[in-house]
Amino acid sequence: MSATDTTPTPRRIPDRLDKPLRSAIFSWEALLVAVAVAIFIVNSFASPYFLDVWSLSDLTFNFTEKGLIALAMALLIISGEIDLSVAAIIALASTLMGMAAQVGVDTPGLVLIGIGVGLACGAFNGLLVTGLGLPSIVVTIGTMSLFRGIAFIILGDQAYKGYPASFAFFGQGYVWWVVSFELALFGFAAVVYWFVLHRTSFGRRIFAIGNNPVAAQFSGVRVGRIKFILFCLTGLMSGIAAVLITSRLGSTRPSIAQGYELEVITMVVLGGVSILGGAGSILGVVLAALIMGLVTFGLGLLNVPGIVMSIFIGLLLIMVIALPILWDRFGRRRLA
Amino acid sequence: MKTLLKHREIWLLAAIAALVALISVRFPGFARPGNLATVFNDTSILMILALGQMVVILTRSIDLSMASNLAFTGMVVAMINAAFPAFPIPLLMLVAIGVGLLLGALNGLLVWKLGIPSIVVSLGTLTIYRGATFLISGGAWVNADQMSPAFVGLQRLQLLGVPVLSWIAIVVIVLFFILLTRTSVGRSFYAIGVNPTASVYAGIDVGRTKFLAFCISGAVAGLCGYLWISRYVIASVEVANGYELNIIAACVIGGISIAGGIGSVAGAVLGALFLGIISTALPVINVSPFWQMAISGSAILLAVVLNARGERKQGRIILRKAEAA
Repeated sequence: MSATDTTPTPRRIPDRLDKPLRSAIFSWEALLVAVAVAIFIVNSFASPYFLDVWSLSDLTFNFTEKGLIALAMALLIISGEIDLSVAAIIALASTLMGMAAQVGVDTPGLVLIGIGVGLACGAFNGLLVTGLGLPSIVVTIGTMSLFRGIAFIILGDQAYKGYPASFAFFGQGYVWWVVSFELALFGFAAVVYWFVLHRTSFGRRIFAIGNNPVAAQFSGVRVGRIKFILFCLTGLMSGIAAVLITSRLGSTRPSIAQGYELEVITMVVLGGVSILGGAGSILGVVLAALIMGLVTFGLGLLNVPGIVMSIFIGLLLIMVIALPILWDRFGRRRLA
Repeated sequence: MKTLLKHREIWLLAAIAALVALISVRFPGFARPGNLATVFNDTSILMILALGQMVVILTRSIDLSMASNLAFTGMVVAMINAAFPAFPIPLLMLVAIGVGLLLGALNGLLVWKLGIPSIVVSLGTLTIYRGATFLISGGAWVNADQMSPAFVGLQRLQLLGVPVLSWIAIVVIVLFFILLTRTSVGRSFYAIGVNPTASVYAGIDVGRTKFLAFCISGAVAGLCGYLWISRYVIASVEVANGYELNIIAACVIGGISIAGGIGSVAGAVLGALFLGIISTALPVINVSPFWQMAISGSAILLAVVLNARGERKQGRIILRKAEAA
């Protein structure tokens, strides 16, 4: 025996625990996949127009814009905060883009303005929440009125039209065959956000903050700064969504994207992100976005009015959360 | 005097007085008692709703479904009235309160029995209740000519020179005052907001108390369903769309802490009045009504900043459930 064998090899501490297959099958994401597949199958039986490549491509427009915001919102909610002003940011960014287009700013300038305004609004939220230590739910109810209010002051009951022709690409263009620019961007953003949340120390810190901000602070995590960055990110994504929506619609009214904030939050919660913070995954959010798109589009093909679709979304939200709780309770009672 | 100045309601009252004075400079008639009574009457519904929301917020919960509940209940009573014009109105108001109560109880049950966070529950029921409004009406409106004169006229009757709508608001304010300051249930709303864990040890059933709070906010929303429809004389799916956030705004301006446990009847009433004065005053002083949203947004932010100074508490996180369930 050589001497080298006696030195103990350093024990490798795994970065994350291996999940047994069983827990993967019963995970939230698996439940969402099952729901998505079920809706997909029902849809293809219900309407002959559903299973068409171009139909499916159109379907993606139902969730890409909100989904982009939902990615950032997921991080924010995991950290224990919330942003109700995202739709108002879209309205303000779109209005200012419209203003710029009136005076002849070209496409690159418009995109910069849209994204810049989004980022600025997000930073404003972040400053109020982290700088002054205010509860985010109230702050963003306030800025929601403020941002959309400014859009109303600028536009009143008017609308901006006349965007440059090249501006239409972002909301209406296709990258490759049936893959729209919006879908490609959503896919790309989803991968980036997945990587940031699940594979970087920054993502790990977000979970730490959401689980226990005080403990995170004492562990050397700069809680305020990370939350500020997350608010900026949410604003940035809202700015990007504003560019896409404005480009897709080709016009701006101050009431644009009204009510999106609640749909985005529904998407995030449906995706398994805990509204109390500290838990969630990007895969879940992407699946939830897909489910909401499927439900909206499928029922739309059946001529079900939008308002009735919202019942399905609402029921889905409560049932998907209630069922595991009931399941758990039922199972526990049987064991006891 | 010093203790009096510590109350945020006094400051809010001063702010409202200053606001009225400022408006009077531009439009002298605004501060006339008769006009102020009109503003009170116009704000009645928002005040009642804000009181209901306050009880829920006190228990560290939130009810986003109030406006949808209002729309649904309003549609129900409007359809009953259109189908049976002879149905007595006081009874119809009880129906409205009952239907609202049921919808509120559904929220409360999901929060109590399943332990789902209230923001998620009411976010779901917000869309469900409004969708249900569409289902029962088929998207059709109930118009003024389908409503009976008594249905529309009741709240406009004058009693001692004050419209019935204002009287209803006054009665509701008094009832809430008694509930929150003179009953043990009212105490327990505050208790579970301040410290849910301690409340459990004090023998308060946290879940059941939250359930009660949701029943109250539901019943209030139902009552306002009737009041809203008979005031604006049209019942449609779009009634009070997005109004839930106005209600919360009134509470926030009124100094009700979203973290629970802090708030008063006077605060909720004054917060609603503040928003009501702004919306009535803008057209009078020739400011475009499009300014209203931005102004109330700024007012909310200002109120939050000022309130936060009064309630600095470290390590307290909103939305987090700390009670031993």
